[in-house]
Amino acid sequence: MDLLEPRSLDDALGMLRQHAPLMPLAGCTDVFVALQFGTETARRFLNIWGLDELRGIDVRDGVLRMGALATYTELGRSPLVWEHLPMLVAASREVGGMQIQNRGTLGGNIANGSPAGDSLPVLAAADAVVVLRSLDGERRVPFTEFYTGYRATVIRPDELIVAVEVPPVEGAQWFRKVGTRAAQAISKVVMAGVRAPRPRIALGSVAATVVRLPQTENALAAGSTLEEAQRVLRQEIHPIDDVRSTAAYRLRVAANLLGQFWAETG
Amino acid sequence: MRVPAATGYLLWIPPRAYPYPSRDPVSTSVGRNVPRKDGIPKVTGAALYVDDLRFPGMLYGRTIRSTISRGRITSIRFDFDTAGFTIVQAGDVPGDRCNYVALLEDDQPFLAAHQINHQAEPILLLAHEDRDVLNAAKVEIEYERDIPVMDAQASPVVFKEIRIRKGDVERAMETAEVIVEGTYRTGHQEHVYIETNGVIAVPEADGGMTVHGSLQCPYYVHKALKALLDLPDERVRVVQTETGGGFGGKEEYPSVIAGHAALLARKSGHPVKMVYDREEDMVATTKRHPSVIRHRTGLTRDGRLVAMDIDVLLDGGAYVTLSPVVLSRGCIHAAGPYRCEHVRTVGRAVMTNTPPNGAFRGFGAPQTQFAMEVHMERIAEALGMDPVRLRDINALRPGDTTATGQRMGDDCSALEVLRTAVERSDFHRKRAEYAGTGKGIGLSLFYHGSGFTGSGEVHLKSKVALEAREDGVRVLVASAEIGQGTRTMLAQIAADALGVPYEEVEPVQPDTAQVPDSGPTVASRTCMVVGGILQKCAQEMREKIGMMTPQEYARLHGPLLVTRQYEKPHDITWNDTEYTGDAYATYGWGCDVAEVELDPVTYEVRPLRVTVVHEIGKAIHPLLVEGQIEGGTAQGVGWALNEHVVMRDGAMANAQLTNYTIPTTLDTPRLDVVILENPSSYGPFGAKGVGEMPIDGPAPAVINAIRHLGLDVRDIPAIPEAVMEVACASR
Repeated sequence: MDLLEPRSLDDALGMLRQHAPLMPLAGCTDVFVALQFGTETARRFLNIWGLDELRGIDVRDGVLRMGALATYTELGRSPLVWEHLPMLVAASREVGGMQIQNRGTLGGNIANGSPAGDSLPVLAAADAVVVLRSLDGERRVPFTEFYTGYRATVIRPDELIVAVEVPPVEGAQWFRKVGTRAAQAISKVVMAGVRAPRPRIALGSVAATVVRLPQTENALAAGSTLEEAQRVLRQEIHPIDDVRSTAAYRLRVAANLLGQFWAETG
Repeated sequence: MRVPAATGYLLWIPPRAYPYPSRDPVSTSVGRNVPRKDGIPKVTGAALYVDDLRFPGMLYGRTIRSTISRGRITSIRFDFDTAGFTIVQAGDVPGDRCNYVALLEDDQPFLAAHQINHQAEPILLLAHEDRDVLNAAKVEIEYERDIPVMDAQASPVVFKEIRIRKGDVERAMETAEVIVEGTYRTGHQEHVYIETNGVIAVPEADGGMTVHGSLQCPYYVHKALKALLDLPDERVRVVQTETGGGFGGKEEYPSVIAGHAALLARKSGHPVKMVYDREEDMVATTKRHPSVIRHRTGLTRDGRLVAMDIDVLLDGGAYVTLSPVVLSRGCIHAAGPYRCEHVRTVGRAVMTNTPPNGAFRGFGAPQTQFAMEVHMERIAEALGMDPVRLRDINALRPGDTTATGQRMGDDCSALEVLRTAVERSDFHRKRAEYAGTGKGIGLSLFYHGSGFTGSGEVHLKSKVALEAREDGVRVLVASAEIGQGTRTMLAQIAADALGVPYEEVEPVQPDTAQVPDSGPTVASRTCMVVGGILQKCAQEMREKIGMMTPQEYARLHGPLLVTRQYEKPHDITWNDTEYTGDAYATYGWGCDVAEVELDPVTYEVRPLRVTVVHEIGKAIHPLLVEGQIEGGTAQGVGWALNEHVVMRDGAMANAQLTNYTIPTTLDTPRLDVVILENPSSYGPFGAKGVGEMPIDGPAPAVINAIRHLGLDVRDIPAIPEAVMEVACASR
């Protein structure tokens, strides 16, 4: 196994261009598990943990910008995130345990692309934008267009996620993770919602990727009753049985979560 | 703090903070929270576990396992360069009769030669000096598949059947005014000891074999290795290394992994280390037996038990292992701590093509008492009766007899634990207050026999030795410290019985070359049985040394070794064929009150608080006792609500700690532990067994609290998916 240690972001992008494919790693909270289980095929890694250019959380022109290496601990403690994206604070506090929160990063959660990633429904519901950079420059991809399939993304082999930008979010934000236990758990269903004139709802662990629910959102925007919206939701998602839960449970609980979101933000 | 309660019992309520034990010389250590013998090395990291040990020239071993549930091996192909590898197959085992794990029945091979009976069955062994090279080796095995037996209820093979009869159930049932029936199911449970199974086998120059390992029963492994390697007693040596938990999972399984490492060590001539990773440990090693238990109970309208008809079915997995003994304890506890003149219990342990199930804390009793206590709640419901009152009028009292006809002595404490738990938890006020709020409260009453069942202790003939030396007193027992506090507790008993300071007594590391066979570390027997023999050794030593200290005596006369063997108390009788008599010398008694809250959005049941009242004779070390009770209660809550072994094609599909979810601190309710002491005349200082009983009560108490919410749950684990099914069906 090879581990490349860039000293700067440009250095890292140069290595990606020259030595691709490389698996970037930062907190290693997913990579180490995959290596241990023998499911990680990559053998050459790029350690970006030390690249301070990818850290930092700030707000410019109302846009919240979070560096790719922002850890869950940093997100959960940031006054800016508290102010602009409180549902991400809630999500960050429910990721793994404290050790995972200290090492796991927002960029890593996005790149890993697990359909159960806890921060992902928040980013989907917030209409976040992923900032990708290569030696050729930056491009911005709406988060809802970032995934192309199960753990598949638009990211090119020579690109790194450098930041996530979130435009101002109008309306009450809501988040709930339903895990396999009270802590140190993987989501069975996870929902983020924004209660605006046109509500925005995203779910994790119910499809191959995190999903927005445009039909359910349309129904609610058009003034449907909650019961009607729940019926639309049940048509809109097609969860599966796996070792953690059942399709029937995910479907019913997703509808219940919609009800709880609606009741608590109304 | 000791408060004599109104019952005449000693009520011991654990204080919030424990004062650092005094260094002043004291005459007694029993009943005090002395520093544990293994505390400092464990906290500082100095304690050596098996994976910390290395031997010169040591190789790593790996097990190649079946990927089907039932069939025959048709071909084996090595898709790697075999140079530098040691390879062991069934044909390498000395003789046909040697290839069976010596325990109860000769049916489980160390290595499958042709026939496969379960997933993850060991087929061949590899060893290599480089662990990465070892793990990269690919072996292709082809099979001819047969249809496996997956459903215990449809199994054609019965490993063991047990019948317990008291009175005439059929005639009595006809006189019953009310009959309540029900079927209850429990699932597999994985031990999740913090350290996985692991051993190192070291071949000796004289052809002998030494095994160092994480294990509970050095002499079980000794027996299995002698049979496998065809060696005499003295050429096999088993050393228990520091062990990170067992819960029964290191009772019989270490014989298998030790045998594998020994086969590789013998063939290679090198020491061989085998330590399972978590996934292999979960997939391949034993679990708690799943059960299906049916009750048919006749009562009078005012709630007196008239007749109990009980059918117990345990899924033994592919091989017999310890299933007959698990079934025995399960059946004996199946009628609960109740008096009833007409009882019939029929139990069967059957074969399925799944990995063998085995010993797990409680050993069958948690399954049968789960069924009994949930059934009692349904009886109370059917009679429209207060569940406390139903238990109160039927609970065993001194002078009553159990289903095997065992007459209860004065140390029978069913009523005391029930009444203490009900009062302390404010059960009746909360029962009324919680109605219709999304909260529920339920209770369970249970007991647990201390020591081996029936004539088990007589057959074991356990030996214990105590040695006075110039540098202090040594306890020589095969009982393993696995985190539960054995070393500390035995040193306390020896110190007080001998009249020397606790600090001057040291139990030696269990090593079959050094310690006598004091039996396995199982069955809540270490304190009561092994501790009892040790107490007699100490009393005998005290008589011999007179007014001298052990050290003074040893300086004058040389070391003094006193060895004693188990002696059956004269007033205990057991009939193994009729299953009648004194099943256990004594019993511990417990009552749990669980309070839960249902989340209507997610169907998650959150345990809020469990009040745990245990009567255990005498708490030798109250803090360790409390630790056992808290840990066992949390483990029982996990079994009830979280821990779901997902079986797919006969193999555990969620064999990771992320997906097999034992309770975290946030999933564990507040525990209010009360220890009552009503001494038994059979245990040292009145002590009874304590290790297993805490896991008997939490599951039924939690499920009865869910019943209080109006949900008819009869099976565990009651994971949210299952609770949803019940909640939505009852709408």
